[in-house]
Amino acid sequence: MEPVLVVDGIEKSFGGLKVTDKVSFSMFPGDLTAIIGPNGAGKTTLFNILTGHLAPDAGSIRFEGKEIAGARTQDIVTMGMGRAFQITSIFPEETVLDNVRVACLSKLREATVFIRPISAHKRATDRAYQILESLGLEKFSDRRAFELSHGDQKLLDIGIALALEPKLLLLDEPTSGMSPEERLLTRELIKKLWSLFNLTLLFIEHDMDMVFGIALKVLVLQQGALLVEGTPEEIRSNPEVITAYLGEEL
Amino acid sequence: MESNKRGWTTQWAGIAVLALFALLPLVKTSDYQLTVANNVLLWAVFAMSFNMLFGVTGMLSFGQALYFGFGAYSVGLFAYYQGTWWFLPALFLGMAGSGILALLIGPLVLRLTGVYFTMLTLAFAQLGWGIVVKWYDFTNGDDGIQGIMPPAALSNKVVYYYFCLVLVSVSVWFLWRISRSPFGLMLRCIRQNPSRVRFLGRRVKRNQLRIYVISAVFTALAGGLMAGVDNSVHTGMWYWTTSGEVILMSILGGMGQFFGPFVGAAIMILIEDMVGARTEFWSMVIGIVMLTMVILLPKGVVGELVQLKERLFKRSSALGV
Ligand SMILES: Nc1ncnc2c1ncn2[C@@H]1O[C@H](COP(=O)(O)OP(=O)(O)O)[C@@H](O)[C@H]1O
Ligand SMILES: [Mg+2]
Repeated sequence: MEPVLVVDGIEKSFGGLKVTDKVSFSMFPGDLTAIIGPNGAGKTTLFNILTGHLAPDAGSIRFEGKEIAGARTQDIVTMGMGRAFQITSIFPEETVLDNVRVACLSKLREATVFIRPISAHKRATDRAYQILESLGLEKFSDRRAFELSHGDQKLLDIGIALALEPKLLLLDEPTSGMSPEERLLTRELIKKLWSLFNLTLLFIEHDMDMVFGIALKVLVLQQGALLVEGTPEEIRSNPEVITAYLGEEL
Repeated sequence: MESNKRGWTTQWAGIAVLALFALLPLVKTSDYQLTVANNVLLWAVFAMSFNMLFGVTGMLSFGQALYFGFGAYSVGLFAYYQGTWWFLPALFLGMAGSGILALLIGPLVLRLTGVYFTMLTLAFAQLGWGIVVKWYDFTNGDDGIQGIMPPAALSNKVVYYYFCLVLVSVSVWFLWRISRSPFGLMLRCIRQNPSRVRFLGRRVKRNQLRIYVISAVFTALAGGLMAGVDNSVHTGMWYWTTSGEVILMSILGGMGQFFGPFVGAAIMILIEDMVGARTEFWSMVIGIVMLTMVILLPKGVVGELVQLKERLFKRSSALGV
């Protein structure tokens, strides 16, 4: 099987601070991989580099066989990389429906059509409703996005990324700021979305129940470097990880 | 399913208002009223084109006078040098030229964002103003150009008024369709969260440039038609105060509403007209009115009305009415 993503020795420094330190890993179709690591370990920066928001200082990133290190975000996204954000990133004044529909229109290359009203774009509209339903947000479709609860806004953020039908989906702390109940629901939801949409999923998460509950593979990042990677069982029993990160809690 | 109610209300309100403008020549008591109404219509197109940048896309251009002046002077100079026959071709040449000018200047001003974008648009517009003032041999400088007549078929005031009304209606319809289209949604998304738009795989600057060019074309149309209303053009059309007026109109009427700038234009023109006839301090009066309205009606006239309607509607539905 061909890998979707091959990251090879990427590096990034801010001033003197090395935030990404020779990180290498691969993602294969259908993978469900978690990235863990303490705050400031460089997890979000890694996503920023993968999506072209930041250019790496060194190293290569091959996405679907093509080199994308340093390419522009909009081109990488068009190639099929989707991303949801740690700090919720939505279009607050638009309706919940339009938040997702703009992404569907973009995917269908209808996003800059003039004159023809949005509601006449049936395929994008149907697809947007389908995605809202899969997230349980369809009952809010006419509401403006800023009216949603924090947890629902995070789901909407994921919905926007899903609407692009990404070949690789990156989720940055999907449960951050959620209540314990919302977290539990979101964990199940992400697992469901992964199988429903046949996703290849890479997610950053602090909630260990979620990481060890649904991930098939775990990457541990520490001070910018990949400390270790393995199955959840391997990570849980790895002495290095226990001393460096997990502590006594496991 | 999604509600289209808001859209329909706006659409019918727009049609009703334009129909009222169409009836005006039948009930007017003087030609002067017709001129004022025509001013409202053309400034409305100017302000609405500006608001596609400002209220919709979040680009505060302080240099739209450049395209207004360009449109006006295209008509003025052609009519002056080549004769009245050139009035209509010059109107459309002015629109095309304005679009090309915007296509050239757009990529430069769009390199910057926020207040730097605003300052750069102002700089370009003032450059245009400076050229027109200094190039006396060609433009007549501060003397402006008088005696610009529409072609014979349009020389009647009422006919010219209807001619403008038709072009204004088409422009408003076109801008309305843009704002209801996927492209309009894309522009609103760019205002609210440009970095997320890149994560939809779309180019922010390219779409900003598109609307910048469209706005310039309709601005030039308003300027060109204005040359026929006053039968003259003057350098003030290029001046920064002209750019400032459409900003005020949009804020006054409601930059978040499609017809906000239309209403803002009507209010400003009427105040200028009524107050200007009685006192030379009319700009002070405008200032005071603006200040009061911005404090009392921060969403603009149309914005506050819509909110009031929504509140009443919510209350009545809560009562089960
Ligand atoms: N654009 C930036 N400029 C300078 N420093 C940055 C920037 N982005 C992140 N950092 C720094 O890089 C480190 C890693 O940040 P981040 O990737 O957000 O960590 P994580 O997501 O793992 O918590 C932090 O010390 C942060 O302050
Ligand atoms: Mg982070």
